[in-house]
Amino acid sequence: MDKDTAIKIVDLYKNFGSQNVLNGINLEIKHGEITVIIGKSGGGKSVLMKHLISLLKPDMGEIWIDGVDITKLKERELNEVRKKFGMLFQEAALFDSMNVIDNVAFPLREHTKLPEKEIIRLAEEKLKNVGLSGFGYKMPSELSGGMKKRVGLARALINDPDIILFDEPTSALDPIISLTILDLIKETQERFKKTYVIISHDILGMFRIAHKVAMLYNGKIIEYGTPENVKKSENEEVKEFLKATGIPGFVGGVL
Amino acid sequence: MINLFSLDRIYHPATSVLRQLGGMALMFFSSIFYAFRRPWKLNYIFKQMEFIGVKSLGVVLITGTFTGMVLAIQTYYGFRKFGAEGLVGATVALSMTRELGPVLTSLMVTGRAGSAIAAELGTMRVTEQIDALIVMALNPIKYLVTPRVIASFFMLPVLTIISDFVGIVGGWLVGVKLLGINEGAFINKMIKYVDLEDIYDGLIKSACFGIILSVVACYKGFYTAGGAEGVGRSTTESVVIASVSILVADYILTSLMF
Ligand SMILES: Nc1ncnc2c1ncn2[C@@H]1O[C@H](COP(=O)(O)OP(=O)(O)OP(=O)(O)O)[C@@H](O)[C@H]1O
Ligand SMILES: [Mg+2]
Repeated sequence: MDKDTAIKIVDLYKNFGSQNVLNGINLEIKHGEITVIIGKSGGGKSVLMKHLISLLKPDMGEIWIDGVDITKLKERELNEVRKKFGMLFQEAALFDSMNVIDNVAFPLREHTKLPEKEIIRLAEEKLKNVGLSGFGYKMPSELSGGMKKRVGLARALINDPDIILFDEPTSALDPIISLTILDLIKETQERFKKTYVIISHDILGMFRIAHKVAMLYNGKIIEYGTPENVKKSENEEVKEFLKATGIPGFVGGVL
Repeated sequence: MINLFSLDRIYHPATSVLRQLGGMALMFFSSIFYAFRRPWKLNYIFKQMEFIGVKSLGVVLITGTFTGMVLAIQTYYGFRKFGAEGLVGATVALSMTRELGPVLTSLMVTGRAGSAIAAELGTMRVTEQIDALIVMALNPIKYLVTPRVIASFFMLPVLTIISDFVGIVGGWLVGVKLLGINEGAFINKMIKYVDLEDIYDGLIKSACFGIILSVVACYKGFYTAGGAEGVGRSTTESVVIASVSILVADYILTSLMF
């Protein structure tokens, strides 16, 4: 495995009953890059992401992270690997028994020995970054979908993980907030040079910040490269997918 | 080794009774195992003790009192036929401590707290909150199941003792104050025929029932699939399964004890 590879996925297969969702995924995600995974709805992007953090076990295949195949690890060893990760769930998955600030602070409280004051300060700072200062003492049930998403983002970023998985960070957000979040992702990534894996349908926004784009189709990665290269892809499925966005400058799009 | 966390358990839920029983036993033992692992989550346990114990006090007081009262009436009319009214107190006390206190308390707590546990964990499952815990490298059994099982184990005997007490007071109210049984006979026979062991055995039973109801509720909630509908199903199933199991276990424990 290359030194600059953060995650290497080898021949990953996953079925749910008779439905083949992942059909031999091969992908190398580079250290310190933003890799965006695109693909049609229901295509298995979230399922793939759940494999990266071993919430799901593959039927077959390997996932190498820092030189270990995590599909072979026991729960306790997995937890050491997971401490390097942060994850934003598609539906945010906030703990609804806790208020917003406790949600954001939770990873710090459980995994660090920082003083309470410092924890609160960090959590409030992260909330401010996602444009939610002042909402710390609301309960998740009192937030809108987009606000929950941003709290989830703050929680995923709070303990500066090495690898962060974002499942649709900008869905359910209005265009302005969506831009803010994109900028936040881009800025934090540039500052700390961590590895970001993002699933998104926001093609235009993501092509702006991505270092690499991967397209999932029929359970395989059919295209991988820089946004520029993917835009000019010769692959029929990629062309059709990007054409549907109707964005000028993309394959098949109005020029 | 069976992996308690893998989501695949959700997608291929254990359907046979035997596999479910096995899953519950596994969940119970791992919850106890993690209870002894640092860091101890005492505040989680206290929170559950409050929820399962303190908040069930109301229903337990009411059911206990009325059970004692109705027992007094029933036994009074039966015993009067052969002039044994004096035994009403002893009968009420024995029934409460050995049988009705533990069983009724556990059934009430199952309805109140067991259903809530199943619904809460079920909701956490379908909204991926349990996954979020796992992703944060935290053990969901330790955080969610252990506190609930331990809290039930300790709170059920406490609730039972309270239920025993108010039941006997209820019996005394009806028997002595309403039906006019001689108070001396009522109390003396009670003291004569009720041993401490009767009370202990009842408490041991209720601690077992506490484990049953919490493990069933946690198991059903933890392995919920299928959205809001699934949560409803888990909740119902957990109440039915726990109630039936409590009654069956009651027979087994009682036949072993007395
Ligand atoms: N828990 C599950 N049980 C059975 N099948 C599942 C489960 N989760 C996902 N699937 C199946 O896997 C496929 C991929 O789902 P996934 O959630 O990964 O899609 P996605 O690419 O993330 O879509 P979207 O863009 O809409 O979020 C779907 O067809 C779905 O039916
Ligand atoms: Mg998805």
